[in-house]
Amino acid sequence: MADPVFVGIAVLTVGSAIISLESRELIYGAIALAISMLGIAGFFILLDSPFVAMFQITVYVGAVAVLVIFTVMLVRTQALFSKREDKGRKSAGFVLMLILMTGMGSLIIVSGINTKTFGSPKSPAVDFTAIGKQMLTYYSPALILLALTLAGAVIGALALARREEIAPKNERTD
Amino acid sequence: MHWLVERRLHQKMNELIDYVIVSVVLVAIGIYGIVVKRNAVRMLFALEIIANAANLNLIAFSRNLSNAQGQVFALFSIAIAAAEVAVGLGIIIIAYRLYKEIDVEEFKSMRG
Repeated sequence: MADPVFVGIAVLTVGSAIISLESRELIYGAIALAISMLGIAGFFILLDSPFVAMFQITVYVGAVAVLVIFTVMLVRTQALFSKREDKGRKSAGFVLMLILMTGMGSLIIVSGINTKTFGSPKSPAVDFTAIGKQMLTYYSPALILLALTLAGAVIGALALARREEIAPKNERTD
Repeated sequence: MHWLVERRLHQKMNELIDYVIVSVVLVAIGIYGIVVKRNAVRMLFALEIIANAANLNLIAFSRNLSNAQGQVFALFSIAIAAAEVAVGLGIIIIAYRLYKEIDVEEFKSMRG
């Protein structure tokens, strides 16, 4: 049904997503998350959208992964969290995951998503000049708002993480 | 790049449903992570996995309908997710500074 490249990337993505949540050390989890994002970028290349794939690699594998790894180094704590998860909640979460997978999966399989309504994979690929055109004409207010949001978020994160910001009266001693 | 061209000539086309199924699996894994994990950084990982599953859906439908707007929306979504990660990690750092802990069940007095 699907070709081997697709299956390989799917196994890589899903497997490293599981590893990122279940690894014992948080830093290995961060690296596995970056590999999972790389797998998603591989899917984007398979879907003939190399521009979005490069953006994904730049933002996720480049910026977000480095940010997460630095945070993991900063908040290094001696406690291992896997020991303190109770078994009941873990099995309940697993059952919830299986229910979601089978429920949503069977819903999608019986929904006839592969019929003509949603086009076909043989339709012409989107040229990335079209993306630029859309972004600078119809979506230009959204682009400006996005730039403002990013600037606000970065300044907010800097203000949050500033060390002088915490007055001694807010410091908890417990 | 030659193998890519070769593959493109002889490939079986991946249907839309394959990508949607992978996306569903990723969403389920992310929800499992949010429900089970108590580490704030791991909950952020789970959020990222869910956001990426949504992006995969957007790109898959955009490819099949050959519509550029799906890709534009995915680009916006990726940028917003980056901003969200920056703020989330800032909050985690400040919570660690206050509680010396990133276990979300220890954050008992978030009321301020």
